[in-house]
Parts: sequence; C-alpha cells; structure tokens
Amino acid sequence: MSGTLTGTHFLTGNDAAAEGAIAAGCRFFAGYPITPSTEVAERISMRFPQVGGSYIQMEDEIASMVAILGASWAGVKSMTSTSGPGFSLMQENLGLGAMIETPTVIVNVQRGSPSTGLPTNVGQGEVMQARWGSHGDYEIIAVSPNSPQECFDLLIKAFNFSEQYRVPTVVLMDECTSHMSEKVVIPEEKDLEIINRKKPTVSPEKYLPFKPDKDMIPPMAVAGDGYKIHVTGLTHNEKGYPVMSAECHEPLVRRLCDKIRNNADKIIMIEEEKTDDAEVIIISFGSVSRSAKTAYKKAREQGIKAGFLRLITIWPFPEKRIEELAKRVKGFVVAEINYGQVVYEVERCSKGKAKIAHVALMGGRLHTPEEIFKGIKEVVK
Amino acid sequence: MNRDIRDIEDRCMYMAESHPLDEYLRQDRLPHIWCTGCGCGEILTAYIESIIELKIDPDKVAVVSGIGCIGRAAGYLKFDSFHTTHGRPIPFATGLKVANPKLDVTVISGDGDLFAIGGNHIIHAARRNIEMLIICSNNFTYGMTGGQFSPTTPVDAFTTTTPYGNCEKPFNLPDLMAAAGATYVARWTSLHVRRLKDSIKEALMRKGLRFIEVLTPCPTGFGKRNKLGSAIDTAKYYQDHMVIKHDADTREVGLEDPRADFIVGKFVDIEKETYLEAKERIRSREVKK
Repeated sequence: MSGTLTGTHFLTGNDAAAEGAIAAGCRFFAGYPITPSTEVAERISMRFPQVGGSYIQMEDEIASMVAILGASWAGVKSMTSTSGPGFSLMQENLGLGAMIETPTVIVNVQRGSPSTGLPTNVGQGEVMQARWGSHGDYEIIAVSPNSPQECFDLLIKAFNFSEQYRVPTVVLMDECTSHMSEKVVIPEEKDLEIINRKKPTVSPEKYLPFKPDKDMIPPMAVAGDGYKIHVTGLTHNEKGYPVMSAECHEPLVRRLCDKIRNNADKIIMIEEEKTDDAEVIIISFGSVSRSAKTAYKKAREQGIKAGFLRLITIWPFPEKRIEELAKRVKGFVVAEINYGQVVYEVERCSKGKAKIAHVALMGGRLHTPEEIFKGIKEVVK
Repeated sequence: MNRDIRDIEDRCMYMAESHPLDEYLRQDRLPHIWCTGCGCGEILTAYIESIIELKIDPDKVAVVSGIGCIGRAAGYLKFDSFHTTHGRPIPFATGLKVANPKLDVTVISGDGDLFAIGGNHIIHAARRNIEMLIICSNNFTYGMTGGQFSPTTPVDAFTTTTPYGNCEKPFNLPDLMAAAGATYVARWTSLHVRRLKDSIKEALMRKGLRFIEVLTPCPTGFGKRNKLGSAIDTAKYYQDHMVIKHDADTREVGLEDPRADFIVGKFVDIEKETYLEAKERIRSREVKK
C-alpha cells in the first residue's frame, strides 16, 4: 500500500515531518502527546490507516520508546515524536536501541527548558542530551532541520541513516520549525532515495546476529524470519549471547561508536555560504540559522567579511571542517537557544586557534539578526 | 569404592544423550544461572511443553523478558527472544505484536519487573487488551539483586531492605489484572507442573491479554531470611496450604499472610474484543465510507 503525498503543499514543520516519515516507509508510530510535537502524532494517526501503518498511543514516553524498538525488531520501520520532558524519559531505552543496534527515529521538538519550562515556546537545549542522554558510551546520529521542507527531507535522511547504520536517529527540531508553515515540495515516490537495512544472506544455522560485515554493520534478521535470534541489552558476543567480560565488552562498545565515527564524513551535512574568504563565521542550527543568515548578510553589506555555517547534522559533529576553518578565520560566532552546548564543541574543535563569541539565549524566542550581529562585531573589533 | 560415587557412576552410564526439550533450548547457553530449588525452570519447561503440545510454529513465537532471575528465560529459549530493560518487556512486546500480528508473543518476567518498575505498562496493556500472554514468576522478592522487598512481599517479611520487617502491603496480582481488563487470569505454583502447563496451553489458545501468576520459591533470596526452609519445604508448604478454587472472586485471593492457606486456580476466562480486532473494525469502517 503506497500513499506518499506528492506535489506542492503548504505545511507546518510537524506535518511535513509526519509526511517525510510516511514517505520514508515508516509504518509504526508509538508516542505520547506533548507540546510542541503533538501535531506529528495527530497527522500520523490520521494518515496511517490510509497507508497500512499502526499508530499506538502509549502510557508514557518510556513505553513509546520501547514499543518502537519492538516494532523495528518485527521488521517495520518505526518512530516516535516528543519534546524535552518526554525525551528525558526516552533516554534509558534510546541506550537499549543503541546497544541492540535498532534502526528507529526519534523526533524531538525542542521547547524552552529545563523541566516543564516553556512548553509552547522555542528552545534548543537538548543538543548534548541527544548525544549523551543515556548512560555509557554509544553514538547516535542527530540532524536538525530549519524549515518545513527540510523537516520532510531530513525525516527521510534520518530513516535512511538509521537503517543503514542500525542506530537510533534523532531529528532535533525546535518549536519554531515545527509550527511555521511554508511551501513543501514533495517529489514523486520513485524519485525518493530510500535505504533499507541489510538482511542476512546465510542460513539460520550460520547466522550470527551481531557479527558485523566489513562496514561494521551486522545484517539484521527480525522476529518471525525463522532465525531464532536472541537480543539482549547486556554485553553480548556475535551470537547475541550475554558475556560478562571486559574482553567481550571492549570490541562491542568500540564498534558501536566507531561504526558512526568512521562514517562521519558520509553522515555529516552542513550548509555554508561565503566561508571561503570569511574572517568571521556564524555557526548555528535549526530556526536560529534563519536569523543568522540575515545577520551575516548585513555584516557583508557593511564590509565585514562574514560567513555562514549551518549544522544540518549535529551528531557526529563536523570536527574536521571546524578545525580547518578555525585555522584561517579570526573567529566564530555561535548562536543557539541555550546557555552553551554547541559552543563547547566549536571550542573543542578550534583548539584555541579562533576567537569565539557565544550568543546565548535561554529560550522562549528566537535571536534577532541584530543580536547575532553584535557577536560578529565582538569578533572583528 | 565409596558407594555414593559408584551410584553416580552407574547413573552416568545411563544418562540420556539428549533431552526431549533440547531443540527448544539454546544448549550452548546452559547450564542456567538459577539457584537450586528455584522455580524458574518449571515455568520454562511448562512453557516449552505447551508450545510443543499445541504444535505452534516455533518460527512465529517471540518471547520477551525484562530484568531479573526469570528474565534470563528469554536467553535459554530457542525462539526469537528479547531480553529488554528492567520493567519494559510489555511495551517491547506490544511493538512486536502490533507491527507483526502473526507473531505469538509471550512475556515471561518477574513480580518486581512487571509490577513495580513496569506497573504502569502492565495495567495499560491489560486495558488495551493487547494480544499477548504474560507469565509472572512471583517469588516475593528481587532475587537477582540479592533479596530486597518487592511489590508482592508480604507485610512483616524480612528482606535485605526490610531488616526489621516489611511495612508495605503487597499487590493482589490476579485482582489487579482482572480489574485492569485481562481476559484470562490464573494462579498456580511451580509445584503444579501439570496444571501450570494445562493453564499455559489454555491461555495460548485464547486471545487478548492473558495473565498467569506462578508462585515460585526463592530459597536463596527470600526463603532463608523468613525461615521458610529449603525449596522442598516450600513445595511441601504449597502442597499443604493451597486450595484450588476456580472462578474464585479475585478480591479474595490476596496473599497477605504467608502462613495461611492460599487460593490457586483459573479466576477469569472471558472473551472481549482485542486491541487488534478493534483497530481492524474501526479501520474497515473508515475505508467503507
């Protein structure tokens, strides 16, 4: 049963994200209502019966996160959508998803935080939580759209990443991108690039569910395929059996991290403008990048060699590119709606070679271009 | 030669090379971790025998467990099996079943996993009437962590975290599950191996959310602190004190007093539209429009 919406539409970011998920082949959604992400769930609950998908509203976000893992292990592409408090509840089983290498997608629409914070207003405070929220060492992928069009496009990318690398993938939206309405152009279904997980090619007797191929990713059999797999959140060997030893733990955790780190170049997406000759580059992501773009253009008008860099992929972080640029710019302006998250990464990658101005905002509203412009002045003065 | 040793040698000569349940167990995972006298093995045997006797396609069976002693059951069973996080087997099983309704999904877990940390999930799964069988091994304690009090520990009982006695009241599991909407509710003990197997078979043939509580001795973690003796003593206690009373009012089957007679049997066996049936009915209504 197909049912991808095609053509040109006027959509909110949340609706576009829901359509992107459907186009990517997602057919299972488990979630719990929470502002400002609820419209993703509402649209999915309306659309899924038309395309043969299953929408289930769980008792909380813990259950939602676990249910999408279960569905993925039944062979169905799955997702959830949530916001800060719900994202916190999901962390335990986001870690399980990373440990048992489960393809699935989590849309997190960031609002003003911490705690209940500002449910109906914008924030960008979950950058570090997306990376480090569950206990232990693991890697996830996180992407961040800045328009309804990109909400559609990046949902497809997120599903492709999660299927290709067998990893939970986070779409870090924010309240502004989720609630703004813009033109969204959706291509024909045949023109979409859709990636599906690798399946085992050997018989059940020979199959080792956690033995990676050369690309570090194991082919994935699911429940009902006849492979009689065992899957555990405990440290496990290639058979999937628990082994309580440092010898088994070391290569497993290394591989869970390295399968993402070693493929960072293929996962990282950034948008750059006028960075070639820039003395100062504004680094931003999500809705803030729209103010940042106006700010850098204003600086250019005033003869300041400013450039623009937007993180589309946030995790893995574009370390190499920031390091390269740090060597030849005077400084970076980091604009984000939090009290310092991406700025620490920029500092780490700059290795002391560039001046850094942090334009922080605690949440509740977007930066004005003027506020970001002040950061530019600070770097070039 | 010492007579005992010779006896053992004689017996070894006749030791069977295989066990009838071998093909349903991950033999390379054995021996299991369970203590002598633990009832988890009886549950495992009863479950496998039920699958065999009902001729259920093993390729379509999925077993999900949480964390705890009985949580290791998933790892010994040669079906698609998932050992999830503490308290979360039910939402995981919900995802499996809703995404692929052809799977025969069973959750095997313990009293702490299902009713403390997972308490919210189990009542909502029962409310939805999701198609799955839940087998709860109730040993009145957290065995894996060394014997702390759980939501089923009787008042006054001694555990490592109630060194002066437990002041909390226990859940009456059959009553809780019946009230939450389960369509099949039974209680047996690990002594009742045949009745337990018959009950699992019956429950596997039903639809909706089915729940079987199995009382199991934990001589290591719970028994010794409460002077319950060995596992044999507990089994004897089960034999002497259990009263089979089918269709008993679930309000009257609580286990508040560990030294009183207790009721076992099948308490609920009703038919009710399941989650997936309701979903399909509503979907087809929309499509007809």
